[in-house]
Amino acid sequence: MIASPQEIWVYLATSPLLHLTLTLVAYLIGDYLYHKSGEKAVVNPVLIAIVILVTVLLATGTSYATYFEGAQFVHFLLGPATVALAVPLYRQFERVRHSAPAIVISLVAGSVTAVLSATLITWALGAPANVVASIAPKSATTPIAMGVSEHIGGLPSLTAVLVILTGILGAMVGASVLARVGVRDAGVQGFAIGLTSHGIGTARALQMSEAAGAFSALAMGLNGLATSLLAPLLMHWLRQWFWP
Amino acid sequence: MHPNRIVLIFTIMLVCQLIGEIVTRLFHWPVPGPVLGMVILFCGLLVRGSVPEEMSAVTGGLLQNLSLLFVPAGVGVMLHAQLLAENWMALSLALVLSAAITLVVTGLVMTWMARLTDRRRAEAS
Repeated sequence: MIASPQEIWVYLATSPLLHLTLTLVAYLIGDYLYHKSGEKAVVNPVLIAIVILVTVLLATGTSYATYFEGAQFVHFLLGPATVALAVPLYRQFERVRHSAPAIVISLVAGSVTAVLSATLITWALGAPANVVASIAPKSATTPIAMGVSEHIGGLPSLTAVLVILTGILGAMVGASVLARVGVRDAGVQGFAIGLTSHGIGTARALQMSEAAGAFSALAMGLNGLATSLLAPLLMHWLRQWFWP
Repeated sequence: MHPNRIVLIFTIMLVCQLIGEIVTRLFHWPVPGPVLGMVILFCGLLVRGSVPEEMSAVTGGLLQNLSLLFVPAGVGVMLHAQLLAENWMALSLALVLSAAITLVVTGLVMTWMARLTDRRRAEAS
C-alpha cells in the first residue's frame, strides 16, 4: 500500500529531518550564489538562507517552534565552533601578544561605541524603551547578547535577530568601510570586524586571511566579555540622563 | 588519520565547552560557556605547544561553515515581524550607522595605538 501525500506530509512536518534538510539546502543555495558572485561580501549566504527559509515557512504556515525542532542540531554546533576558534587564535598568538596594549584600548573604545551609537540612535528616533534595550548588546555574540538583553529589560529573541543582522552588515561592508578610512592591516581589519560583527564577521574574516580570522575571533570573545560588563552600566547611565 | 582520533578531538572540544558552561554558571560569570571553553582549549594548546593534525581538520571544517550555524537563530526574525515593522526606521538606521561607526572607531584607534607602540619600541631599541 502506498501512503497518501497527506500522511507523508504529517510525518515530515513533525520530524526534525525536513527542517534540518531545508536549513542546509537554503544555506547551500546562499553559499552557491556567494561563490558564483566571485565571493562578493554583499551576497551574504546567511541573509539569503534566512530569506529563503522565512518565505518557505510563511508559505507553508509552519511555526518557528516547529522549524527550530529540526534546526536546533545546526544551532547546537555554535558552541563547539566557538571553542574551535582557539585554533586560529593559537596559530596567531605571537602577533596577538605583540599587539596587546593596542587590543585593550581599542576593545574598550569599540565596545562603548557599539552600545552608545545603537541605543542613542534608536532612542532619538522614538523607539520604545524595550526595543532600545534590545539593540544595546547587538555587537556581542548571540548567547551573551541575549543574556545581557534580558538583564537590562530588552527582548532576548529580538536581540538575537538584531545581533545576526549586525553580523551580516559587518561581514558585508566591514572590509570596504575600513579600507575607505585607510585601515588596511589584516589584523586590525579582523579585530574591528570581529568586535562589530561577532561570529558572522569572524566567518567572513576567516575567508580573508588567517591573521584576520584570528584577530576577529579574539575581538569576538573579548567584546562578548566587555559588552556583558559595559552594556548594563552604560544603560544605567543613559536612563539617568535621558529617561528621567 | 585514525577515525577514533576524530571522535577524541570532538570529545575534547565538547569537554572544554562543558567545563566552560559549568564554571560560568557556578560562579555567575557574565561570559558564555563556549567562550570560556575557547580559552580553556587555547591554554591546552599553549601547554602542548602545537595543534594536532586531526584537530586542524575538525576545527577547520567547523569554522569554514561558521556562518551556516547562525541561520536557525536568524530565522527567528519571523517572530518579531510586527515589532520590526513598527520600528523599522529606527532599527535599520541604528544598525547600519552603529555598525559603520563601531568599525571605524575600532579600526582607527587600533591603528593609532599600533603606531604609538611601534614608535616606542623603535625608540627603546
